[in-house]
Amino acid sequence: MEWSLKEDLRDCLVAAAPYGGPIALLKNNARKEKSPGVRPLLEIYSASGLLLASIPWKSGQLVQLGWTASEDLLCIQEDGTILVYNLFCEFKRHFSMGNEVLQNHVLEAKVFHTEYGTGVAILTGAHRFSLTTNIDDLKLRRMPEVPGLQKPPSCWAVLSQDRVTIILLAVGQDLYLLDNTSCSVVTPPGMSPSAGAYLQMAVSFNYRCLALFTDTGYIWMGLATLKEKLCEFNSSIRSPPKQMVWCMRPQSRQRAVVVAWDRQLMVVGNSTEFVLDEDSYLVPELDGVRILSRTSHEFLHEIPEASQEIFKIASMAPGALLLEAQKEYEKESQKADEYLREIKDQKLLPEAVSQCIEAAGYEHEPDTQKSLLRAASFGKCFIDKFPAESFVHMCQDLRVLNAIRDYQIGIPLTFTQYPLLVLRRLYPLAIRICEYLRLSEIQGVSRILAHWACYKVRRQLGGWPSRSLGWGWGRSGWAVVLLEYEPRSGEQVPLLLKMKRSKLALSKAIESGDTDLVYTVVLLLKNELNRGTFFMTLQNQPVALSLYRQFCKHQERETLKDLYNQDDNHQELGNFHVHSSYSEKRIEGRVGALQNALDEYYKAKNEFAAKATEDQIKLLRLQRHLQEDFDKPYLDLSLHDTVSNLILDGHHKRAEQLYREFKIPDKRYWWLKISALANRGDWEEMEKFSKSKKSPIGYLPFVEISVKHHNRYEAKKYAPRVTPEQRVKAFVLVGDLDQAADAAIEHKNETEMNFVLSKCTASTDAAVAEKLNRARAQLLKK
Amino acid sequence: MAFAGRRDVPEPPDFGILKRLARDQLIYLLEQLPGKKDLFIEADLMSPLDRIANVSILKQHEVDKLYKVESRPAISASDQFCFLVRPRIKTMRYIADIVNADKMSGRSRKYKIIFSPQKFYACEMVLEEEGVFGDVTCDEWSFYLLPLDEDIISMELPEFFRDYFLEGDHRWINSIARALQLLNSLYGPFGKAYGIGRCAKMSYELWRDLEEESEADGQGRKPEIGNVFFMDRDTDYVTALCSQVVYEGLVDDTFRIKCGSVDFGPDVTSSDKSIKVLLNAQDKVFSQIRNEHFSSVFGFLSQKSRNLQAQYDRRRGMDIKQMKNFVSQELKGLKQEHRLLSLHIGACESIMKKKTKQDFQEMIKAEHSLLEGFDIRESTSFIEEHIDRQVSPIESLRLMCLLSITENGLIPKDYRSLKTQYLQSYGPEHLLTFHNLKRVGLLTEQSAGETLTAVESKVSKLVTDRAAGKITDAFNSLARKSNFRAISKKLGLIPRVDGEYDLKMPRDMAYVFSGAYIPLSCKIIEQVLERRGWLGLEEVVRLLNGNEFSVSGSTSAPG
Repeated sequence: MEWSLKEDLRDCLVAAAPYGGPIALLKNNARKEKSPGVRPLLEIYSASGLLLASIPWKSGQLVQLGWTASEDLLCIQEDGTILVYNLFCEFKRHFSMGNEVLQNHVLEAKVFHTEYGTGVAILTGAHRFSLTTNIDDLKLRRMPEVPGLQKPPSCWAVLSQDRVTIILLAVGQDLYLLDNTSCSVVTPPGMSPSAGAYLQMAVSFNYRCLALFTDTGYIWMGLATLKEKLCEFNSSIRSPPKQMVWCMRPQSRQRAVVVAWDRQLMVVGNSTEFVLDEDSYLVPELDGVRILSRTSHEFLHEIPEASQEIFKIASMAPGALLLEAQKEYEKESQKADEYLREIKDQKLLPEAVSQCIEAAGYEHEPDTQKSLLRAASFGKCFIDKFPAESFVHMCQDLRVLNAIRDYQIGIPLTFTQYPLLVLRRLYPLAIRICEYLRLSEIQGVSRILAHWACYKVRRQLGGWPSRSLGWGWGRSGWAVVLLEYEPRSGEQVPLLLKMKRSKLALSKAIESGDTDLVYTVVLLLKNELNRGTFFMTLQNQPVALSLYRQFCKHQERETLKDLYNQDDNHQELGNFHVHSSYSEKRIEGRVGALQNALDEYYKAKNEFAAKATEDQIKLLRLQRHLQEDFDKPYLDLSLHDTVSNLILDGHHKRAEQLYREFKIPDKRYWWLKISALANRGDWEEMEKFSKSKKSPIGYLPFVEISVKHHNRYEAKKYAPRVTPEQRVKAFVLVGDLDQAADAAIEHKNETEMNFVLSKCTASTDAAVAEKLNRARAQLLKK
Repeated sequence: MAFAGRRDVPEPPDFGILKRLARDQLIYLLEQLPGKKDLFIEADLMSPLDRIANVSILKQHEVDKLYKVESRPAISASDQFCFLVRPRIKTMRYIADIVNADKMSGRSRKYKIIFSPQKFYACEMVLEEEGVFGDVTCDEWSFYLLPLDEDIISMELPEFFRDYFLEGDHRWINSIARALQLLNSLYGPFGKAYGIGRCAKMSYELWRDLEEESEADGQGRKPEIGNVFFMDRDTDYVTALCSQVVYEGLVDDTFRIKCGSVDFGPDVTSSDKSIKVLLNAQDKVFSQIRNEHFSSVFGFLSQKSRNLQAQYDRRRGMDIKQMKNFVSQELKGLKQEHRLLSLHIGACESIMKKKTKQDFQEMIKAEHSLLEGFDIRESTSFIEEHIDRQVSPIESLRLMCLLSITENGLIPKDYRSLKTQYLQSYGPEHLLTFHNLKRVGLLTEQSAGETLTAVESKVSKLVTDRAAGKITDAFNSLARKSNFRAISKKLGLIPRVDGEYDLKMPRDMAYVFSGAYIPLSCKIIEQVLERRGWLGLEEVVRLLNGNEFSVSGSTSAPG
């Protein structure tokens, strides 16, 4: 180990992350009360003991440290507050485990991992349990009370069964199972009645097995469901062990529990004893146990079958023979052929090669790996069509594993842990590969390896890791290079953001066509840049600008104004003010907003809009007066409707005034006035008006509008004044077919005659029809 | 539309699958919130939802009460709220207000937001800003396509036009791409893809990207869709601006067809209540008249009613057995047909009342002159009078836009005076309307000289580049020329007829506008399909501002 610890591990709070993860140490924690001058020190080391970061601990008293699945450090305080730090001792966030915990304090805490994520279980001073199964989606559960529990349980563990998290605790000779609703007493099957009180318990990495240690030195090993006993053992050591953890390999039938006392380590299952030179700390792993101490860091595991077969003394397994054959071959000895023949005769050559490849993976020494791989390569030559993938992949995987096992990087990952992590989508591992690579300055891992790792891991993960890989390399610039290999710009963006290449991220986001991404980047930029720079950046990206504008329109209207201001977009500013004028309730406010709009329109050289706005201001003021004078609503009517309403109410003078003031075109005014008068039924005024001067719209509208209001009498007054071209139509409208016929005949217009004829009914208009027919016949004759 | 009676056209694929998929997913989503819940539905999702799942289906899945989003929520005792909404910022604030009000009064409920067709990040952001992000759960109802008829499917995204063409907001392009992906996965790979317009091209490319990412292997499936044609709305504004004169169009103009169904009011049903009628190929009467020129519809309907009467009359000479047969088998069908027939006759009368007025005739006349480019001054005066007399705000705008598009913009004097008239008639807020219309190029001013063309050619050069194509829309405001006159000449959109155009036995597509104009978009599709590509249409493409593409097998990148 690289670290040079002065303290004993037992004086520190220790937490090591699984999968060869980092180690957190809190020194001087216990001494706090005695010498308040010394602050505890929080340190994070790589698995090889390289100091990654350290900070003096300034917050409250810590009870427990733990790691999350994504390698954040959880610092659990006595008051139930949990502080989250990243790998580099940078504070991320904090959360509380609730009031109950705050009042009664944390007695003990455990951090555990399930399919839901990382959970925390807490035993309070009131001997109650509180837990959450996922700290990222905090839902606190308070477990039911254990009846009659007066002192803290001697030991307890968190179990996960059928996706339910439960707590197993031991009080003296009794075991209790706590689930969401109830507390039940359980007895493990086959438990010796004289076993005594429970001192320690251990749950396996996968929550399948459970081990119990009692004060008689008796160890019970069985399934965590407490349905079956696997074996039992008497250690004859009565003192309580410091730690007890499972050591087993996935898929292996061998099961063993490692029990550690101060100076002694016992592997129970096949019962081997080791002497510990110094104070140690056990870290359970998927396929074994890591043993940490001040000077060393060891990995204890069951030797996998492939390795056993090959390296067992006097083994005749095909792999072992192949390894021998290869060695002899290098010595140029004919024995190579003999060994080879022996394997081939049993038709076991493919198996031998596979064995060697597999065993190479379990080896940590590059030399041994190499000799095994060389043997596999040698054997491969004698097989037709041996698929090369497994060999190639093993070589690739080992390169990565060896690189990260380097003490400077210090991730002692085993081969079993490696692909399982990836398959389980525990991508933090991949992130970590990079994070460590960044820290170490080794140039040994070339860029090629980086590319390859990216490719390799991505293939296994389906796209994820290049994202995660790039993350870590960060500023070294590699990530950007790497990212160019990422085919989907959508995947590039989050990374670029992470690397603070926000502007590049913005272009990439726009290129991806995914507006969600664009929004993400825009909002990050908004917080990252000062307002001026932010707006400038947007000005160069119309797509992003449009999106941001849309957002502002609905959510931050004031920002919209700033945006236009920045751009000197006076036209839009004008529009903006017009728009806001409608949300102003008071007329002064409305006029004020329009005045602003007016200024902007002038600046935009939009005279039309300026004029229209000016008129509107004028109209608003007038409408207010009208409203006061006549006590009727005029506000918000259009000019047309305002004038029309005035006439309807008989205020002809005021209408006239508006007509002149707003330069309403004559045609409109006449149309407007006659329809308003007709609506009012003021035929007298209409006649007066018709005579005031020559109508700019002619007199047909007078006829039409009168007829529309079913007043033929009035309509008839105007019909003769209609221009000759429209007179036929006018007479037909008023129902005077005789005059209509006369007009048509006068015009000598056949179409008109036909039109009048079509209106004639045989019974009443016979004379007219005859007149018309005659005229038409005469016309056709010519 | 309506392939009925044409044997050379293959059966359309079964688009009903889309409905079933949408229904199943909706049920699944509702079940994700077990127990009784109140459902809040966005107003414009109501009609589409109605076509997918009716109230009884919703009730089956424990929807207790239904509310419309936007109406103030009734005081509800339910402790679960489910919101079925479009991804709009406004709606998010509405939801946030409800949640916050509950919080203030110390009420705890479960809230679930279902976005259709997809969730946008901006929505989550607003929820976060309003402080309710942690209180709600979000889901997506991938309801991209609604089959309105056997041969029409729609995305039912009314805000698309405004968002894309006016605001330059590209978010819906992703939805289009996903809709295409859905079609592709259900009905096999498209035989050939053609398109024109920048949005069309972007959608196509994004869809291809999605397909490549998903790696789903649609190959080897029997392709049920032969050709797909992508076209931007702004390629052909003219057609949409002309008054419709075929039956379905007039029904839409008069009664508004919503999601393939229409509400016929009391004046049509000749009773005191409204009837909701689905207008599709299932309606035997409607399917025969929907595409007919209105002038021939009445004759057809009276013929039809005579036939029906004859069928009823047959029963006179029947014996008991025949009668039994008739009642059990034919009568129901006849009654149904009878009901439909009387409804459509009622609708026709209603339309006639509105459309045979002189105003309508004159408007059609003005439209036709605009299309042909004759008597522009007279038409302009007509429009002015139309505005002055406050005939209809929307019709006036439509005519102004038609004038602008066909004439490549209004001459400055008219532009100013028509706008002034309009503002006087309908209020100054339309200053913003005009600004927007100018921005999308629907109502513009003729500019002096050729300055615009210079910028234009620069722009079109830029946008041939893929990346630049995505930048877009800064240029959108540079009102593009519509070039309608030139296109119309090139494609012969105005039929030259000697004598009367026979509307009963039309020679070309122009009959849908009484023989005055062949719809541009239809003509383009006809031409491209005939030539199996854009070859020989270079001039037209240039006039339409380019961005055309045609891809075979729809696997390679667009050329």
